[in-house]
Amino acid sequence: MQAHSDSNVYYVPPPSIWPLVGSVALLTLATGFVLVMNKIAAGPYVMTLGMGILLVMLFGWFGTVIKESLAGKYSKQVDSSFRWGMVWFIFSEVMFFAGFFGALYYARNLAVPWLADTQLLWPGFSAAWPTAGPGLKTVIDPVNAWGIPALNTLILLSSGATVTWAHWGLQKGNQRQLKLGLAMTVALGILFIGFQIHEYAEAAFSIRDGIYGATFYMLTGFHGFHVMMGTVMLIVILFRSLAGHFTLEHHFAFEAVAWYWHFVDVIWLLLFVFVYWL
Amino acid sequence: MNTTTINGAAAHHDHDHDHAPAGIMRWLTSTNHKDIGTLYLWFSLFMFFFAGALAMVIRAELFQPGLQLLQPNVFNQLTTMHGLIMIFGAIMPALVGFANWQVPLMIGASDMAFPRLNNWSFWLLPAAGTLLIASFFVPGGAIAGGWTMYPPLFMQGGIAYDMSILAVHILGISSIMGAINIITTILNMRAPGMTLMKMPLFVWTWLITAYLLVAVMPVLACAITMLLTDRHFGTHFFDAAGGGDPIMFQHIFWFFGHPEVYIMILPSFGIVSTVIPTFARKPLFGYVSMVYAVASIAFLSFIVWAHHMFTTGMPVAGQLFFMYATMLIAIPTGIKVFNWVATLWRGSISFETPMLFSLAFVFLFTIGGFSGLVLALVPVDIQLQDTYYVVAHFHYVLFSGSAMSIMAGVYYWLPKWTGHMYDEKLGKLHFWLTTIAFNVTFFPMHFLGLAGMPRRIPDYSLQFTDFNKIASLGGFLLGASQLLFLYVVIKCVRGGEPAGNRPWDGADSLEWTQTSPPPYHSFVTPPLVK
Repeated sequence: MQAHSDSNVYYVPPPSIWPLVGSVALLTLATGFVLVMNKIAAGPYVMTLGMGILLVMLFGWFGTVIKESLAGKYSKQVDSSFRWGMVWFIFSEVMFFAGFFGALYYARNLAVPWLADTQLLWPGFSAAWPTAGPGLKTVIDPVNAWGIPALNTLILLSSGATVTWAHWGLQKGNQRQLKLGLAMTVALGILFIGFQIHEYAEAAFSIRDGIYGATFYMLTGFHGFHVMMGTVMLIVILFRSLAGHFTLEHHFAFEAVAWYWHFVDVIWLLLFVFVYWL
Repeated sequence: MNTTTINGAAAHHDHDHDHAPAGIMRWLTSTNHKDIGTLYLWFSLFMFFFAGALAMVIRAELFQPGLQLLQPNVFNQLTTMHGLIMIFGAIMPALVGFANWQVPLMIGASDMAFPRLNNWSFWLLPAAGTLLIASFFVPGGAIAGGWTMYPPLFMQGGIAYDMSILAVHILGISSIMGAINIITTILNMRAPGMTLMKMPLFVWTWLITAYLLVAVMPVLACAITMLLTDRHFGTHFFDAAGGGDPIMFQHIFWFFGHPEVYIMILPSFGIVSTVIPTFARKPLFGYVSMVYAVASIAFLSFIVWAHHMFTTGMPVAGQLFFMYATMLIAIPTGIKVFNWVATLWRGSISFETPMLFSLAFVFLFTIGGFSGLVLALVPVDIQLQDTYYVVAHFHYVLFSGSAMSIMAGVYYWLPKWTGHMYDEKLGKLHFWLTTIAFNVTFFPMHFLGLAGMPRRIPDYSLQFTDFNKIASLGGFLLGASQLLFLYVVIKCVRGGEPAGNRPWDGADSLEWTQTSPPPYHSFVTPPLVK
């Protein structure tokens, strides 16, 4: 591993093809998705192609970054750029979820009561939560918060603890504790996803069942998607730990994924309280 | 990538040669903030002409009452796409282009913090642009319900509606990544000694703008995702039959939309605050208050969104809150206008093209600000909602505000970017044509709106004819004058009087310590700022 000959020089990477590949991937993916939604036969193929290009880009781009990192090109200043970048990325994710939580609040506390107060459009409709709205007549039987959701809360909170324990291991130079902690976190993440799939399969209502179904599945669905992404990221980090990539001073990737995992955890707590419980 | 060649020393060696890569791959794979800034600026100029051409057709149709050229549905497509493309394709990319070129140069950084991500942020724009332009040619044509994409109208359109939603998603990804890059660059890459309060004001305005982008683009993504699921996946977010509410879309959209208008004006404030001190040959008056004013405007932008929705039937308490909160914005904005004028006071002023555009900005943007105050008054707004008064208002802040400050910035920094002086005579001609044509186009729209002419309608009552004829003639002149702008820019890129390191004797930020054009890799080792 080379030392930094001039710590004043910020590493500016040479020209790279991956961003362009990424743009082609997203254009293809978006086109395919439009075709699928409009039931045009070529859709699934175009979408698969786009997804394939995106995967190639992710492997290529992250592979390049990992190689550069192992080659010692990232000075302290570059490392702190990565940290700022990750913090602001997580902030953007917080705002994304804030939008959906805002929609839940607005629908539940304002729109539905107003709809009931008016009595012009839908005479006889009375405000209640959960509701599928006045036009659908579906009665919603919500998921019991103290069943699977409570269990999933316990699982995610434990996974937050195990990833922190892995971090302590890394800081003490105890690689075994790092790997074990990560493996447990991955296992808990997969367990959470399994339970979530089970919950969806058992649920007595669907995303089509009015505003309750829409907000429930949109919020828990996007959260579940983020847990899946987080788990994939944790698996990558686990493999990188097994390959001995992380050192006491140099382990930004681990911390980024740990932050992301805690973020997913906090969102879940809000979901548990506002979507399942109250 | 070859891992052996580029350790610190070898990289340094490379910089000494300072050669840009050759051919098309230079632009496709660039990790250089100057190249990427150039790409942003050209892309923006192309989109400016594309969306401008749509406006020309709109003004041709409105030249006289009755339907001349277009079916109403096509007219609606043109107004919608004119707005959407000008905002996301012309104004925003132009300002990001400035950020790319200028932020690293002004803070003494070697490049942006994430050069590859920077390239991706740019190359997502042509991807989204392709989807948007292609949407004109699909069955049913482009989106036609206004750039704000309100349901339930937006539920009813064809395939173009899905294309536009995904295009805006891609633009959002681009903006968020670009903004994170800019924030990180400013927070982490400043030259030693450059404290936050020593940064040029342009850098400050971009720091705060980038924060706004990261905060609100995800909220837009959330709103249009709900549109998409309502269209295709059976959700009822905006359908009262399912307990949803179409007005909810407006709330979420404008929670994005109002900060968005400041995203388009704060960097313009930064440009004007750079140009005016240069040509007044005095330091900016009240630098600290300028910083706080920008931060206050950014804060207030989050709590005024419902002033776009006064006619939707919100509670009176809500109307009052949003009215007063909106009027509060006049205070920090007034501070800025005062400081620009105070900077001019007893200055040794000269009137080169960038200064002319900046002075026009101060006048005309202030008119747009005042008509904004008029619209903030609930009872007045209920009368003026969806009339041409609104069209006049936002063109005074968006054209004579954002677009003209962009032109000021282009003339100001072109000598730095190209190494040549632009043609001052033609630049001044472009300024006068633009300013006069702009006012001829948009000033009569105030009267049309006050008289009750509704916007987004291809036909109108006979009594509106005279002002519409004037507006259309002004519009054609405004459009044609921009061809002169294109000519001046190309002429300057091709050649011209050598600019020297510092063509403006009143300019003192770090970019003027570099050659014109600056070396391909500038500030490889950071300068020391005292």
